[in-house]
Amino acid sequence: MSVGATTRLSRLLAMVPWLLQRQGVPLEEAATHFGLTADQLGKDLELRFVCGTPGHMPDDLIEADWESGRVYLDNAEAISRPLRLGVDEAVALLVGLRTLAQVPGLHDRDAVESALAKLSAAAGEAAGVADSLTVDLARGTQEVTLATVRDGLRLHRRLHLTYLVPSRDETTERDVDPMRIVSVAGRWYLEAWCHRAEGVRLFRLDRVVSVALLDVDGTPPPEAVSRDAGESLFTPSPDDLVVTLDLAPGSRWVAEYYPVEDVEEQPGGGLRVRLRTANPDWVPRLCLRLGGGARIVTPDDVADRLVATATAALALYDAAPA
Amino acid sequence: MSSLRTERLLNLVIALLATRRWLTKEQIRHAVPQYAECESTEAFDRMFERDKEDLRELGVPLETGTDSAWFDDEQGYRIDRNAYALPEVELTAEELAVLGLASRVWQQASLAGPAARALVKLRALGVETDEDSLVGVEPRIRAAEPSFDPLYAATRDRVPVSFRYRRPDGATAERHVQPWAVTSRSGWWYVVGFDRDRGETRAFKLSRIEGGVKRIGKPGSYEVPDDIDATQHVTGAPSSARDVREAWLGLRPGRGAALRLRAVPEPAAAGPGDGDRPAPPEGWDVVRVTVQDPESFAEEVASNGADVVVLGPPDVREAVVRRLRGALARQQGHLDLPGGPTRAAPAGARTRRREGVR
Repeated sequence: MSVGATTRLSRLLAMVPWLLQRQGVPLEEAATHFGLTADQLGKDLELRFVCGTPGHMPDDLIEADWESGRVYLDNAEAISRPLRLGVDEAVALLVGLRTLAQVPGLHDRDAVESALAKLSAAAGEAAGVADSLTVDLARGTQEVTLATVRDGLRLHRRLHLTYLVPSRDETTERDVDPMRIVSVAGRWYLEAWCHRAEGVRLFRLDRVVSVALLDVDGTPPPEAVSRDAGESLFTPSPDDLVVTLDLAPGSRWVAEYYPVEDVEEQPGGGLRVRLRTANPDWVPRLCLRLGGGARIVTPDDVADRLVATATAALALYDAAPA
Repeated sequence: MSSLRTERLLNLVIALLATRRWLTKEQIRHAVPQYAECESTEAFDRMFERDKEDLRELGVPLETGTDSAWFDDEQGYRIDRNAYALPEVELTAEELAVLGLASRVWQQASLAGPAARALVKLRALGVETDEDSLVGVEPRIRAAEPSFDPLYAATRDRVPVSFRYRRPDGATAERHVQPWAVTSRSGWWYVVGFDRDRGETRAFKLSRIEGGVKRIGKPGSYEVPDDIDATQHVTGAPSSARDVREAWLGLRPGRGAALRLRAVPEPAAAGPGDGDRPAPPEGWDVVRVTVQDPESFAEEVASNGADVVVLGPPDVREAVVRRLRGALARQQGHLDLPGGPTRAAPAGARTRRREGVR
């Protein structure tokens, strides 16, 4: 509730100066400019109507009139100038801009740089706080891959991907219609409609072996709906296999790194975690990588596969199991 | 509810902006109708305290002071009109468009909200944006760690903090830190600051902080050195100094896709020590790859199970065998969780992420 009220207040304090400079602006136009519906804007204007300078005599009230479909404001001199940025507001935008500036091959780089300069000047001392929050975007993504994928997005062309799926130890070939490029938790992803899977898929750009721009329209079908970036990008499906792992203290990072459903502290600093995976092969691979840092509790067949694989691998080295 | 509160806050802003004199709390209570309707002084006090906080958060420069230099008058409040307004900034449509993109970078409410508000303020300067020019590249910053918000706030306010920190071996200890910077690296968040217990600069990984972050001092109670490079503290010494070596791998046909991609062209002549290398199983492919960190490379090879074998050098073979044995022993119960000799084994990935963080 309090967030709603402060956000609304902030919007009002921004809107009044704008409206004062544009007496008679169409209601719809004003609403669009602030990303509101005409109804929402009307509600905001009603609010302002009861606000005014101390004393609250009729003369003191801010007067708003929008019945004609055009907005007129009067008696609002006290708040006729736009409010400066708060510290967190300036920090959020400055750090956001600096993050954008790290995007390889960004063609609006000039705009990012000049916006940074102007915003830093306008933010005053808050700009100093922004220096203490730094973000390191994904590294290692080949610029060529990113550039080609961006071309696909910009030109609405289909892309052909050779894509590595390490958890299944495969490279796959597929045609995709690009939707957007997202960076989450230090990695770049292409979200696209995959014609092979007939669904929206995320592709890690550092696993794109090669990408080619096809001479085919790449507009995604209407059923291609972006998943909201963030946690939900990796939401496991209820059909996935449920695996329980015991993690040694040194392997606790697994619980931070992969989406786990349940974490239980074990005596001595270990963890028992439950996770879902669409690909059961992934789990023995993880355990081999951890080299003894994890044990598969359930299911049994996945645990058996780990034992069989480790035994067969050791045989390649003519090495005894222990 | 939100409407009533918005009106109250707006009335407060207008009252404090319109006045040239300092307004006492009592005068403010009369000037803002929603305060006047308060049933008790306590209720008004609570409301007023919260509202002041909210206004400051929005950037409203709220001042306290008194008109009289001779009498010990009650503190009064007003808004500094000169500081209130956004300085003149002229933004182009392109700049406003990238600002729009920048405002959507934040995934957590603590900064996503301020970013959206800031954008509305800048939009009110009157420029129309053209966001179509920005095709689909959307960096996202997300900090899932609950300690992010309090540590960012403490860094911003320069307030020392304490928290429980878990070492990689599972032991936890209370740490006392003056936070200087919050920084992300490869998707992990760190706070860099002066560690009072150790008497030196340290980096702490946020995901290893257990429980809450306590403020243990006043805002502005220390200075942040000008020349700190947070990123450097997080990455530690550059690893490029390490020797880059080569390894020979045997790959089952059609398997080991990720390692095949890293293969470097094999020279016409046999590599050094070629004669000593064991032969791969019949029909397998042989590739040569460059290795930076043998331990993390061994992790990758081990994850391929019986589809990849290291032919040389011997220490890389040994590192893989150690992992395979460790995984097998753990699964078969020869190693009890937790602890056991494998504590040092899964070094690669973990250490890489931890470098420089102690």
